[in-house]
Amino acid sequence: MTLATAKQRSGKGRRKAKGRGRAPGKSAPPGGVLDHGAWFLVLPALLPILVLSVGPLLYGISLAFTDSQSGRTEPTEWIGLLNFQDLLHDTLFWDSFRIGLLWAVGVTVPQFLLALGLALLLSQNLRFRWLARSLAIVPWAMPEVVVGIMWRLVYNPDAGILNETLRDLGLGDGRDWLTGIGSALPAVIVVGVWAGMPQTTVALLAGLQNVPRELHEAAEMDGAGAWRRFRTVTWPALKPIALAITALNFIWNFNSFALVYVLTNGGPGGRTRLPMLFAYEEAFRYGQFGYAAAMGCVMVAVISVLLAVYLVGRLRGGDER
Amino acid sequence: MTSRTRRTSRTSTSRTSTSRTSTSRTSAVRPRRSRTSGPARAGQYLALLAYLVFLAFPFLWLISTSFKPARELGSLHPTWVPEDPTLANYRQAFDEQPLLEAAGNSLIAALSAAVVAVVIATPMAYVMARHRTLLARAATGWVVVSQAFPFVLVIIPLFLVLKNLHLINSLPGLIMVYVVWALPFALWMLVGYVRAVPAELEEAAAVDGASRLRTLVSVTAPLLAPGIVATALFAFITAWNEFFFALVLLKTPEKQTLPVVLTHFIGAEGTADLGPLAAAAFLATLPSLVVFAVIQKRITGGMLAGAVKS
Repeated sequence: MTLATAKQRSGKGRRKAKGRGRAPGKSAPPGGVLDHGAWFLVLPALLPILVLSVGPLLYGISLAFTDSQSGRTEPTEWIGLLNFQDLLHDTLFWDSFRIGLLWAVGVTVPQFLLALGLALLLSQNLRFRWLARSLAIVPWAMPEVVVGIMWRLVYNPDAGILNETLRDLGLGDGRDWLTGIGSALPAVIVVGVWAGMPQTTVALLAGLQNVPRELHEAAEMDGAGAWRRFRTVTWPALKPIALAITALNFIWNFNSFALVYVLTNGGPGGRTRLPMLFAYEEAFRYGQFGYAAAMGCVMVAVISVLLAVYLVGRLRGGDER
Repeated sequence: MTSRTRRTSRTSTSRTSTSRTSTSRTSAVRPRRSRTSGPARAGQYLALLAYLVFLAFPFLWLISTSFKPARELGSLHPTWVPEDPTLANYRQAFDEQPLLEAAGNSLIAALSAAVVAVVIATPMAYVMARHRTLLARAATGWVVVSQAFPFVLVIIPLFLVLKNLHLINSLPGLIMVYVVWALPFALWMLVGYVRAVPAELEEAAAVDGASRLRTLVSVTAPLLAPGIVATALFAFITAWNEFFFALVLLKTPEKQTLPVVLTHFIGAEGTADLGPLAAAAFLATLPSLVVFAVIQKRITGGMLAGAVKS
């Protein structure tokens, strides 16, 4: 209660602050320099970030230019771009990379469309909406390993519910989904879509709160149908968040590991070997740290390009509005 | 500055429950039901049902499998409800793998990581929310960029560093990694929560002669507390569920966390003893589900604040 009133007051206060202009002396020190007290507040988090995140990242990038291996006695040497040259001719890696992109797109797009549908439904004034909202985000709370195990049970050729349902419906005997050459990747993609839907739905629900209700009603008065209203009223307001969440989903999916590790461990015959699985094996099964780091760099480079494209797209989206 | 005002007000509406009741009230006043025709409404319920079935059935199947005796698991016509429910799988799961030890390890790792992450993230989030400095902007940039790291690029150097410190195959090493790994999202959420606390309150305290530390402790912290708890619990869930770092860093079974031990139920050829596997997986999920149920509303609120930002 106090929190709520405090927040309301803050709204008023902000408006007043706006009237005053930028109000530099308010809480931010002028010139953007932190005083001692602020440094004291920042350091406990900044040090771990620098030592355990930024530092290792730079170290990891530098490893890509060395012949670092696990358990070697002679010192590691700089070998320039040799790892990247090897990588260029490593057809196994590029196969894996192609599968990774296929997987990332194959998961992200249906994930977005399904989550959009669900978010639109959940923003309707339906009965049991609260229950649906709670149930819809349950997969979010599950360990990825458990999600993988769960779907292994669903896909199980004999004791699985999928084949049993197919048999009941008279659609044949079903198959061994996760070990079939053709079915393994689609099967894991379904799991990926399932696992990532909650976050996407929640983000899109947040975006739907930006949609101006009055505009919706005005459009309806003017006789716009549901689709028309979605395209002209809902989508423009939703677009920034839609772009953000799909971009993030793409990155997360491209880098995903545990799901596929549990479901197929990259098999059959490498058909589901995502780049992360490939790099993991290279580093921690074969001990090729330098080479695996080079793979990581290539993945980062691709992701950065995609991030850049996404940022440009977002900025343009902002101009249109 | 206008955008900032809008953001603040939006953040506050998204998190107070009053806003929800008010929206439902307005929609009740406006004749919504007449707008959506009967068949269309039925279609909406049907679609919602389809979604819920899709989202729920794997979990229900997991629970069902965990109570099935071996005979039923071998049969070619599995049923939704076990014909002869048994707890044998649960007993067997504990016999086959050191589940209790693993749960203890998971608990220690997740709790410590959550507490440490929140303790160090809250002051930083405060500075990021209140001071628009270069450092705050760099930190925001790091939060975004850190999402794009492939873990491999981070884990190899971390592995080498931790090995030199003799922190491989030890929970403290894993906890350090988890803390840094949980920081981006913790900062993201906490910055949103700090922004929802009016700076005017702090100014008022300062005018009344309270020191800066005093202001933080007796004015800001109490208002932030619910957000801090939610962030800590979310960090707990992510650490409890984490698999990749634990797989790389923990080598011996008595040190491993639950997700890693769960994978031991699956044999080298991908064969698995389904009953105990299902039982163990179900048990491993329960803590996350309980914690998630507690903070669910706040998480969506935090996501809203973060997502609507910028």
